[in-house]
Amino acid sequence: MSDMNWQPRIVAFFCSWCTYTAADLAGVSRFRYAPNVRIIRLMCSGRIDPQFVLCALADGADGVLIGGCHPGDCHYAEGNFKTFRRYRMILRLLADMGVAGDRVRLEWISASEGERVKTVINEMVERIRALGPLDIPGRFAACDSEILESADAIRLPQCKETHDVVPEVVHG
Amino acid sequence: MDKPKIGFYWCASCGGCEEAIVDLAEDILRITAAVDLVFWPVALDFKKEDVLAMPNGSMAAVFINGAVRTSEQEEMASLLRAKSQFVIAFGACAQLGGIPGLANQFSRDSILNYVYDGAPTVVNEKHVRPSVRCEDNNRTLTLPEFRSVVRTLEQIVHVDYFLPGCPPTPRLITSAIDALLTGKLPPPGSVLAPDVALCDQCPRKKSKPEQIRFAAFKRPHLTSMDSDLCFLAQGVVCMGPATRGGCEALCPAANMPCTGCFGPTSRVHDQGAKMLSSLSAAVDAKESDQVDAVLAGIPDPVGTFYRYALPASLLRFSANIGSAAVKETL
Repeated sequence: MSDMNWQPRIVAFFCSWCTYTAADLAGVSRFRYAPNVRIIRLMCSGRIDPQFVLCALADGADGVLIGGCHPGDCHYAEGNFKTFRRYRMILRLLADMGVAGDRVRLEWISASEGERVKTVINEMVERIRALGPLDIPGRFAACDSEILESADAIRLPQCKETHDVVPEVVHG
Repeated sequence: MDKPKIGFYWCASCGGCEEAIVDLAEDILRITAAVDLVFWPVALDFKKEDVLAMPNGSMAAVFINGAVRTSEQEEMASLLRAKSQFVIAFGACAQLGGIPGLANQFSRDSILNYVYDGAPTVVNEKHVRPSVRCEDNNRTLTLPEFRSVVRTLEQIVHVDYFLPGCPPTPRLITSAIDALLTGKLPPPGSVLAPDVALCDQCPRKKSKPEQIRFAAFKRPHLTSMDSDLCFLAQGVVCMGPATRGGCEALCPAANMPCTGCFGPTSRVHDQGAKMLSSLSAAVDAKESDQVDAVLAGIPDPVGTFYRYALPASLLRFSANIGSAAVKETL
């Protein structure tokens, strides 16, 4: 995709108790940060199903940012550890699937660290900008053009609806 | 009245699904008494021309097994779709991509380079590659095109029902055919197997602990496995929690863990991600290097979590294959 107007599109999953509250604080404090992140609030980073991460990427996100409470501070005691373990495996899975590991980032940000939200988001946007578009939908389309251009008889099926896995915001 | 006409076809598959039909044993006599088998290349001498000669929609149902990798398979799938009222994806490869679908980690070039040059048993001094067209003694020879990725049947044609398994069990096959013959069909698009996780039907279910913790992952060929205890409780990766039941828990009964051939239940979109989630979260460690050390016990995440379902997964194929395709189209 050589679109000159391309801007990084990042989906962020923030836990309600720490990182989302920190993002609120960043807003109230009028910190300015890059507008490329769509934040989705979850009750706990432990709620982040790896399907959410893969679905965001498959639907066109260039990166995924996960924010949770610092180790030991999880409102539900163990949720952020579960996320951390899944995250380590997701990175290996993505590497095997040709997706650079630094497109998915996990950060612990407590409710008082509004400044940190700004820094992390700005860093993430710059990192994704340097990596360029991921554009998995475009890759699907490019690969599937080989079956579209063959016989008239060959039709693509209606793709499975995957959207109910991740909230609507991804498509914004 | 004419008996309903049934066909079987195979795409990229090992032949095990064909074997599963033969495994119906005496039941096959009951089935062939009720239907006319009009197309089954592995067993009957009907050709593509015979299918072309049939009126559209004249077959009651066609069972297609195997993933789709070549242009010929696409053409046959489309042809059979036109000739048949119902298309049933038969087995894990047709439903999810199956074992051949694991090739979606590698580019077409790297696959062809290995098979026609790199493999230790191959001598190919001229580095010949198969091509879709070549001239020989004034004859034109053609081959189907080898596509850039493996696809599920549903990614090529509309599929009415799915029969899961590697291969589907005789019980599921007979109940599917009986449902077709009696018209007692579930909603279109259904998978013709119970919509519960395998754990629910596993004879070892009672020994599944409430809290599972993995201090290490053990691999089946390096482990002496207890024949009654839940595999997960033994630290062995078992895909049961993320896999649909209906197989009568054949593998656990033979003291082997589930590898996931029945695919996910209807509530799960990506079988591999769901299993990754469940297993990784239960690792008994908190520090980065300890977590990584335990997770290293699963040396091949894609091959473990997506053994049968890579082309049907959210990511479908390696992004590297995609970027090569994007470059070609520019």
